[in-house]
Amino acid sequence: MTTAGIAFRRRLLLRKTTAVAFALLCILATSLGIAALALLLVDITREGIGRVSWDFINSFPSRKPEQAGIKAALWGTIWMMGLTASFAIPIGVGAAVYLEEYAPRNWLTRVIQTNIANLAGVPSIVYGILGLALFVRAMSLERSVLAGSLTMALLVLPIVIIASQEALRAVPNSVREAAYAVGASRWQVVSRQVLPSAFPGILTGIILALSRAIGETAPLIMIGALLFVPFTPSGPLDRFTVLPMQIFNWTSRPQPEFRENAAAGIIVLLIVLLTMNATAIILRNRFQARARQ
Amino acid sequence: MMHERLEDIVTERFVARVPEAQVELAAGFQREETILEARGLNVWYGDFQALRDISLAVPGQRITAIIGPSGCGKSTLIRCFNRMNDLIPGFRAEGELLFEGRNIYARGIDPVDVRRRIGMVFQKPNPFPKSVYENVAFGARVNGYVGRLSEIVERALRRAALWDEVKDKLRQNALALSGGQQQRLCIARALAIEPEVILMDEPCSALDPVATLKIEDLMRELAERYAIVIVTHNMQQAARVADYSAVMMMAGDRAGEMIEFGPTRQVFTTPREKRTEDYITGRFG
Repeated sequence: MTTAGIAFRRRLLLRKTTAVAFALLCILATSLGIAALALLLVDITREGIGRVSWDFINSFPSRKPEQAGIKAALWGTIWMMGLTASFAIPIGVGAAVYLEEYAPRNWLTRVIQTNIANLAGVPSIVYGILGLALFVRAMSLERSVLAGSLTMALLVLPIVIIASQEALRAVPNSVREAAYAVGASRWQVVSRQVLPSAFPGILTGIILALSRAIGETAPLIMIGALLFVPFTPSGPLDRFTVLPMQIFNWTSRPQPEFRENAAAGIIVLLIVLLTMNATAIILRNRFQARARQ
Repeated sequence: MMHERLEDIVTERFVARVPEAQVELAAGFQREETILEARGLNVWYGDFQALRDISLAVPGQRITAIIGPSGCGKSTLIRCFNRMNDLIPGFRAEGELLFEGRNIYARGIDPVDVRRRIGMVFQKPNPFPKSVYENVAFGARVNGYVGRLSEIVERALRRAALWDEVKDKLRQNALALSGGQQQRLCIARALAIEPEVILMDEPCSALDPVATLKIEDLMRELAERYAIVIVTHNMQQAARVADYSAVMMMAGDRAGEMIEFGPTRQVFTTPREKRTEDYITGRFG
């Protein structure tokens, strides 16, 4: 073998070793993430699964840990998510459609675009302050579900807008051109070709946004959602609490029984979250299948 | 017929391929009815002038080819004919573009109406990600056609010589068709809205030779009914299918200019311009 050949062989071995080392590093990073999550889930399940029961779901909070339940918090969460979604989805998707399909590309839209991207990174407590000043005080909505939902809608709006814009941008321009070329108006192009093509992506963005909203606590503490609520909201102007607030409340109690309740509350919260996501994924797959037909 | 043509591509020079019928046409050139006409058309994208002083008369029920080297403004010109360029920010047109005697860039003319009457087929087949049926029906739907949609769809697919291949898979996704079938589907989609002119922007550049010949055969059939304008940088293709040819070149400032227009045979055999001759004999471009 020539010297050049030997040198090549030696370098080849080094290159292969590097490749294997990098792959191992990636696997390690992935397993660390999964392991941490699994550990958390196992710990919470072990501590809380014994408390999850129909009584737990169907009882109001109590000073006695074994009688306390999450009825008020669960209903508060359902109310808040419903209202948040009905504010954030139409406004967010509408804004995205305007920015991508209608707005001229000028300095104003660039400023708006940059601002939306920055808003997505603003700490949630700041939205709480805004909600307190605007909805609770200025609009006199008090500490109602409506005020909380509006605050939460503001918080997730940038996520909905950015994800929807990405989805709209992913629709090839040739589809728009084809629709225009047969005499479709702009509204027909957007509503019959672009939006249906972008729908699965938009839905993914909505899932992400609502998953964020369901777990947020800080802005609701800020606007003064209650910690002890012995009733379920019967209208958007009622006072409320939500699951993360209830969990936060229980973890700050000294009795260990309340910590079990907190773990059980986390399990319920996770189940609600997973159900929501699963529904959205099923919807998305159905739309993708329909688009493929 | 198709086999013969395949051989022709390989063996014959394009000049010899111009059919005799076109020679007769050339004699009657002046008498034919103009359907589309550009008069002193200038186009800008922002500060950049893309087309300068284009004048061209497209006859009805004939095939007119626009040829020229890359970047000479062929696509810009053809996209002016149905106002597709309106969608590009910074686009500005001056001069006249007459369709049946009316300036389509005049105030009060709705580009949607222009596009309904002047159909277009694009360079890359671009069916909607929907069923074959929905692709063809879309134009009829958005334009609020009355009548049975399935009849409109079948007629358009038959005219596009695609019916026999897709009649059993009308509900399947159009993206599952081959490239050549997709392009004929796009032609069917354009035909379904009963246009008077069909614009084709390099319709075969993404297709193999067999699919290309199918489209060319189809174009000759369609020319009995519609005016066809085709952009191509394949000179053999222009020589094979076009009754008239326009040659475009890039000027010093990169603006596109039209240097020659006439019956295809004349343009290819006895061009008036030295630059045309240089281009079609392959000396540059």
